Amino acid sequence: MFGDFDYKVILASLPYLFGTGMVFTVTLTALAASGGIVLGTIIAMMRLSGVAFLVPIARIYVDFMRSLPLVLVIFWFYFLVPYIGQWITGASRPISVGAFTSALITFTLFEAAFFSEIMRAGIQSIPRGQTSAAQALGLNYVQTMKSVILPQAFRNMLPLLLTQTIVLFQDTSLVYVISLTDFMGAASKVAQRDGRLVEMYIFAALVYLAICFSASFLVRRLQRRVAIIR
Amino acid sequence: MNYNWNWGIFFEPSPEGVGTYADMLLSGLGWTLATALCSWIIAFSLGSLIGVMRTMPSPVAQAVGTSYVELFRNIPLLVQMFLWFYVLPEMVPEVIGTWLKQLPNASFYTAVICLGFFTASRVAEQVRAGIQSLPRGQRAAAIALGLNTWQTYRYVLLPIAYRVILPPMTSEFLNNLKNTSVALTIGLLELTARARSMQEFSSQVFESFTAATIIYLLISLTVVMLAGALERRVAVPGSR
Repeated sequence: MFGDFDYKVILASLPYLFGTGMVFTVTLTALAASGGIVLGTIIAMMRLSGVAFLVPIARIYVDFMRSLPLVLVIFWFYFLVPYIGQWITGASRPISVGAFTSALITFTLFEAAFFSEIMRAGIQSIPRGQTSAAQALGLNYVQTMKSVILPQAFRNMLPLLLTQTIVLFQDTSLVYVISLTDFMGAASKVAQRDGRLVEMYIFAALVYLAICFSASFLVRRLQRRVAIIR
Repeated sequence: MNYNWNWGIFFEPSPEGVGTYADMLLSGLGWTLATALCSWIIAFSLGSLIGVMRTMPSPVAQAVGTSYVELFRNIPLLVQMFLWFYVLPEMVPEVIGTWLKQLPNASFYTAVICLGFFTASRVAEQVRAGIQSLPRGQRAAAIALGLNTWQTYRYVLLPIAYRVILPPMTSEFLNNLKNTSVALTIGLLELTARARSMQEFSSQVFESFTAATIIYLLISLTVVMLAGALERRVAVPGSR
């Protein structure tokens, strides 16, 4: 039980856990969230464009990604990305891209499907009259989106985008399956090296709980502020 | 691409001695479905209870419900899996701990419990949203008719709330099914784990993952169709 709970193991591994593990987790989350939001917005715009071949492509992409377990998608890209790299660069053999790049591509493409559903709702939440007004002013599609629709859509959807980013932050722990050293991976390596599974896993759980709980608390406060102005 | 495609691989015997690679994937599918269904039973009942508690007038019930949801939503599923599998047997008295560790199919039971508790927090949020979406007058009318709290939920609030939240509950069910793949980290031989070991034994990466992908897509399609049929059957008359 707690009698032989060894705090020293945690203290000694703090620099490794945060310096290596948490930095990795936060970097991956930030890059994948930015990439995912950009790509997700493009997919949402494709889906709402009404262009005959773009709409089904966007729909199939989103439905496809949302039907698959993230673990399977991580494995897919881990093996597929070297071949795609070979195909793009025309190299003679599959190129090694490194596990981080592969994980980043995976999370960006996977989360884009979820971000695109949020952005689609965001774009649809803007009254049609605004699009008509922008067109009447002589703005083209790109200008309408860039200066009128998207800024408001982002603003309205900011709480949901951030909530999805917290989910992404938690999901990045799944890079464990391709042996990357994110925060959880670092905790598990120390746990196995020192035979201190209880201490390390409870500590990891508490850190995730503290970060995600505070983050979602802040998002809820933001939500109230955005809601009042809206 | 210099990749050697071999779609016949599924009919070749697997290194396990019995059956082909296709049988291996199908046994994985069996574990995936068993885990998903068993954990859904826990998730649905516990989630409903917690969701109801969050809508009750009692501040204690609300606090318990809120704490549960915050606790289980803010820790990654992988970490929760490890807590149940590696930490719990060390935290209970030694006799029970040893028994837990020696249990046959321990990873299956752990996955069921872990996913059940994890998904319960999501189900609770849907149930709460469903109950709160009902007009206030419904609860008031039930009380005016002389129903007690249990009867109000059982006969008035829940029957409508469950129908309202059927679409989001379908996606929670599918999320729960997809999340069973996280259990491969504690050694459950479900579909993704089977595809992964098929890839390791045969080095036919793309065939094995394609097969798993198609199976997951088929399950999703089936669930969505069944849920659609259920939705039409139980639709609140006059609601659309």
